[in-house]
Amino acid sequence: MAVIEVEDVRRTFTVRTRNGRWRREKREVRAVDGLTFQVEEGECVGYIGPNGAGKSTTVKMLTGILVPSGGRLRVAGVDPAARRAALARRIGVVFGQRTTLWWDLPLRDSYELARRIYRIPDARYRANLDRCVELLDLGALLDTPVRQLSLGQRMRGDLAAALLHDPAVLYLDEPTIGLDTISKTKVREFLRETNREQRTTVLLTTHDLTDIEQLCGRVMVIDHGRLVLDGPLEDLHAAGESERTLVVDLAAPHPPIELPGVRTVKVEGPRQWLAFPARQSAAPLVAAVAERYPLVDLSVREPAIEDVIARIYTGSAAEPAR
Amino acid sequence: MVERESLAARAGWAVRSWWLIAGMWARSMLTYRTSFLLGLAANVLITFLDFAVLILMFRHTRQLAGWTLAETGFLYGTSSVALGGANLLVGSVSGLGERVRSGTLDTMLIRPAPALAQLAAERFSLRRLGRLVQAFVVLGWSLTALDLRWTWDRVLMVPGLLLCGVVIFCAVLVGCSCVQFWWGDAAELQNSVTYGGATLLQYPPTVFAKEIVAGTVFGVPLAFVNWLPALYVLDRPDPLGLPVAFEFAAPVVAVLCVLAAGLAWRTGLRAYRSTGS
Repeated sequence: MAVIEVEDVRRTFTVRTRNGRWRREKREVRAVDGLTFQVEEGECVGYIGPNGAGKSTTVKMLTGILVPSGGRLRVAGVDPAARRAALARRIGVVFGQRTTLWWDLPLRDSYELARRIYRIPDARYRANLDRCVELLDLGALLDTPVRQLSLGQRMRGDLAAALLHDPAVLYLDEPTIGLDTISKTKVREFLRETNREQRTTVLLTTHDLTDIEQLCGRVMVIDHGRLVLDGPLEDLHAAGESERTLVVDLAAPHPPIELPGVRTVKVEGPRQWLAFPARQSAAPLVAAVAERYPLVDLSVREPAIEDVIARIYTGSAAEPAR
Repeated sequence: MVERESLAARAGWAVRSWWLIAGMWARSMLTYRTSFLLGLAANVLITFLDFAVLILMFRHTRQLAGWTLAETGFLYGTSSVALGGANLLVGSVSGLGERVRSGTLDTMLIRPAPALAQLAAERFSLRRLGRLVQAFVVLGWSLTALDLRWTWDRVLMVPGLLLCGVVIFCAVLVGCSCVQFWWGDAAELQNSVTYGGATLLQYPPTVFAKEIVAGTVFGVPLAFVNWLPALYVLDRPDPLGLPVAFEFAAPVVAVLCVLAAGLAWRTGLRAYRSTGS
């Protein structure tokens, strides 16, 4: 059963610009322009695109905050704009950069408020809280005022707050932004677990490709208010011909490394940047470099989502229109 | 699968949400104990000085436009209780513009509690009780000092007047704040209407030009908060010579104000949700 149904949804904004002293110009901006997709129950979908592509406009329409200009929307069988308050009980929202926890009160108090506001039955509440506390390691933090938590701890606290009422759909906006590696891993593990065990449908917007690689079976790419790609993650790499970068530090400055299937992008003293296809393993490449060159140190960089999308976009723009 | 609720259930839920969220804010504020106590002290001091001005005035004259100190104290007390009560309940709606600008109204719209109740309870602090306490003290004193025959209808009129006054001020606060859905920095409009209006109501209507008094009857209906009902309680003639029914019209006016404010809120919220600025 589809939990999210989006059918030819559009959203235009009227932008007024002043030109001259008295004249004002009205301009229509299409933030979302004929969007169609479905998300099945239990799916975890990455929703990505450059800034201003229409991501947050879509999420705002799905939560019922914004009324669409046209098209048909259903979330958990409900029209979000018409039944916003009723829908609120069935969705969870986490903004990575904005906490919904009570700053000056112990973490536990925020959960108690959620229990009352969402009218969560006592047994459900206790079971869900216990589960979140265990998986997210919150036990020691429950009685700490939120303002004293680290960013990673707070993010974990926010995730628990969004899940106490068993939402059918969870919207995540940059859930790992600004977190260190350990916190990121913990958050991702928890989300994977929740998606699998609770069958919670997850819609994730992020700039971190690793989030998507580790969590999402499916990626939707939006640009200029339209879907430019919808499919498994491999499609994204294929369409974007994305590359990872191996950064190697050699013992001494060296002429550009030459290896088959590798592009040497940049040389800076003893450091060199080698680009290779994202789907390919880095291990044989590292071995090859280590065998032929005096290798001191190395690191692998994942492709930036913007680059991948930019390549998809220039690719589709290069094709003759229509 | 999602039930539609009756109007009474929704109103009850709004009050409960307000109560829950206000409680969270009150406890948040109490975590800063010193700041809370200083704020409370300042609040009491300022409101006391406010009334001291009135007492000073009466040291030079026995009457103010034909009203005694006790009678003026009655007006002062009722006006302050009405505004103080309204400010305690919904005063925070004046922060609407800021929330619209920063987009933080969105986080209220994704919770299952009414957005107006959440906004009204925002930054609730027990410190606002200071004004209310002072207002009740002045009112209590004036009631004992008044030279009146306390018939039962007069006695009943006082709590009724206070209740309607609080409701009218609440509606005016909410209604005026809704302007901020369109003009984000129009908090001044609402401040001048409510605080300016409340100051007006602290003095006898005979002090002011008839046009101003008429404005508070037929324009923003603040005269129904205390001026008109007080004429009955204090047994005074109406400076405008209006029919006596006006002195009892406060409940009707209060209901109309609430309906108007509710309409303004719904319209504003709809505009916000379709522009999403």
